[in-house]
Amino acid sequence: MSKTPPDLRRPGVSRRGFLQGSSVVAGSLGIAASAQAQAQGETEPDSAARTIRLNVNGTSRQLTVEPRTTLVEALRDTLGLTGTKIGCNQGQCGACTILMDGIRVNSCLTLAVMAEGVEIVTVEGLADPTGDLHPMQTAFSENDAFQCGYCTPGQILSAIACIDEGHAGDAAEIREYMSGNLCRCGAYPNIVAAIEQVRDSQQG
Amino acid sequence: MKNFTYSRPDAVGAATEAAAADGATIIAGGTTMVDLMKIGVLEPDALVDISGLSDLEGFEVGSDRMRFGALAKMSTVADDQAVIDAFPALSESLWKAASPQLRNVATLGGNILQRTRCPYFRDTAFAQCNKRAPGSGCAALDGGHTNLHAIFGGSSSCVAMYPGDFAQALVAFDAEVSTRGPGGTRTIPFAELHVAPGDDPSVETVLEPGEIVTGITLPVIPAMANSTYLKARDRESYAFASASAAVGLEMDGDTVRDVRIGLGGVAATPHRARAAEESLRGQALTEETAREAGRIAFEDAEPLDGSAYKIALGADVVAGALLQAKSRMGGE
Repeated sequence: MSKTPPDLRRPGVSRRGFLQGSSVVAGSLGIAASAQAQAQGETEPDSAARTIRLNVNGTSRQLTVEPRTTLVEALRDTLGLTGTKIGCNQGQCGACTILMDGIRVNSCLTLAVMAEGVEIVTVEGLADPTGDLHPMQTAFSENDAFQCGYCTPGQILSAIACIDEGHAGDAAEIREYMSGNLCRCGAYPNIVAAIEQVRDSQQG
Repeated sequence: MKNFTYSRPDAVGAATEAAAADGATIIAGGTTMVDLMKIGVLEPDALVDISGLSDLEGFEVGSDRMRFGALAKMSTVADDQAVIDAFPALSESLWKAASPQLRNVATLGGNILQRTRCPYFRDTAFAQCNKRAPGSGCAALDGGHTNLHAIFGGSSSCVAMYPGDFAQALVAFDAEVSTRGPGGTRTIPFAELHVAPGDDPSVETVLEPGEIVTGITLPVIPAMANSTYLKARDRESYAFASASAAVGLEMDGDTVRDVRIGLGGVAATPHRARAAEESLRGQALTEETAREAGRIAFEDAEPLDGSAYKIALGADVVAGALLQAKSRMGGE
């Protein structure tokens, strides 16, 4: 198979240099945008930061976001809920999985401004107020369904939804319907076992 | 991500007006839009969020027609028992795509308009991409990797593949798309919605600025009930098709009365294999005739070095899907 010749790349732009360059540009644009917003006073453009309310884990939270702020950024950086992880940041790994109105979604591909009026549940909202873990958290612990733990919050929320959706009938169906959550450590057999345990306890 | 203005109209009319402005783009589920905006492939000045237009979420499976609102979610439709019973290939084309998280958000209207997965389109470090930057060239044709590329419908400007699954079921079963734009409403045969790359691959559909897909309609035909979507891919789940087939069969005894074949993972636009269908009408469906139909389906393919594997794989997928559809027919 033919290899991509190096001259297809923009001359003199390495990936590392490109990334560094774009973060500098993004930083200076941020300063310019806020200065512009202040100068315009009351007539803020629609692209300016705005105040929204998000219902997170049963609490209504007020926060300020730009239209381009993703939901996972709002949860982690603005609200300090760092249980939700950013893995690929492209909707491929599932580390950012949360529940919106009970439905599992990738919070990295959701804009925060599009999440107003929705009930959001993150991993921080699973244990009950007395500190008792959610059955799925307990099952992950009992089955060693993780090693490094980075994908675990997303796996647990996805697993809860997998059962709620009725897609945990057997191991093959669980694997199919958990395919949006990658585990670099390869804990898949134990993740399937944890889900089967919770499914069976709910049926019994 | 470059910043943009954001609006959320509460009526289709207002949404079409806002979306017709220069630099404006519609967002619904956002699974493609946010992804492409993050990697700098799309840089809209304005996002018009139509996800609040709840009138477009419904769908119904009737005895003569089935109609899907453009904002119906992939997961909702895939799991609907009436859809599964009436048209299994449609349900399968939806749940065999993407991941559960994406299907919960992604809409049917957005799905049919999804963009190519060509790595040179998606990576702005490559200056050459006629689809992303018209006139800049094609990195795939100019010595790049071509294993993910179209073997039907490409041009000397672009060989990007249309990656969708759902669209193959639509194109093979005579779907129509309803739209509303600044100029009013219209109905477009699904087979005419997407346009081949030709000289300007940046134009992918016949939709006008501000024109919003509002719904998808299919006539109910007997071949739907005995249908299947077979998808070959690099891993068992959550991957785009290397080759796939949406197939439906209507039999008259041992003879094929009607057959539909849509091919995924192989073409620049949704692709119906009409010559392969024709080879089977009036014939018995055996492993031999199924394999012959698979061969005919790829007779006119124009592969590149990297994509030649799709011919043998695709022929196998067509034959396999035909036999699977036959095996699903009740009482035989």
